[in-house]
Amino acid sequence: MSQRTPPEPVQVIKQRRDTALRALLESVPFIGFMGLQFDRRGDELTASMPYDERLIGNPLLPALHGGATAGFLEATAIVELAWQALWDDLEQGRIEAAALAAGWMPQLPKTIDFTVDYLRSGLPRDVYARARVNRSGRRYASVHVEAWQDNRSRLMAQATGHFLMPERPA
Amino acid sequence: MSHIAQQFIDALPFARALSMRLDGVEDGRVLMSMPYDPRLVGDPATGVLHGGVVFALLDTASGLAATLHPASGGGTATIDLRVDHMRPATPGQRIRAEAFCYNMTRSVAFIRAVATDDDASRPVATANGAFTNESVRRRAAP
Repeated sequence: MSQRTPPEPVQVIKQRRDTALRALLESVPFIGFMGLQFDRRGDELTASMPYDERLIGNPLLPALHGGATAGFLEATAIVELAWQALWDDLEQGRIEAAALAAGWMPQLPKTIDFTVDYLRSGLPRDVYARARVNRSGRRYASVHVEAWQDNRSRLMAQATGHFLMPERPA
Repeated sequence: MSHIAQQFIDALPFARALSMRLDGVEDGRVLMSMPYDPRLVGDPATGVLHGGVVFALLDTASGLAATLHPASGGGTATIDLRVDHMRPATPGQRIRAEAFCYNMTRSVAFIRAVATDDDASRPVATANGAFTNESVRRRAAP
């Protein structure tokens, strides 16, 4: 009988992934400025933008600023792309979480274009978003993002963006 | 006109949070700008502002261009906006946006906008979008 290596303890795995995600988020000042948060379940991320008075664009309604919504969606798309690349490198052992925590970070994708559909006016409440990578090639990626507030089925905005992926060693 | 428009910008908390400034309105062309701010960086490796920041400035200038059109009912909201990023904005420099409503119907304003930094000859980004045209008070009821 061959000896099986025991699986890694769950807390070791979780700590590695959480450390990597935190390092990614903390490396981008704009994410902190907007107060964005990302919840992780396995490799799936849900972004949230907690309500803040600064995010208002129409004080009469009141409604969130379209630019705040767009910035949130674009950051969600970039984090999703970067996270997917990071996840593979992390789980294959090509990148150590400790190196990320120490400040080393792979290059981020660059936005080529970003289109936002505003479906409902943004209420003065928290916003949630999830990004789906529809195509990710060596050089270009296409990402769709959906944002909602109270009901997942009633989208507040959706966006599609194309991104230039960083050069990766073969 | 320009004084009232700056007050309009100052009344938008998100525009104020990004220190947006109205630089002028000429022939329906809205000129706005905002300073470089390290807190708004999207790419830590280069110090380039996040694309969402450029998007926000273009969206604000475009919305203002929609409301300042002679046929505007005074209120607007973005229906959709597409931003194409031509090149990274140079870190440390102000971002400038120019927006123009090139077609207005009873209910929709069609806008084009361009963003530059100190080098106005090479666009940082261009934008294209549709905005609602509505009277200011109509949207009160949810």
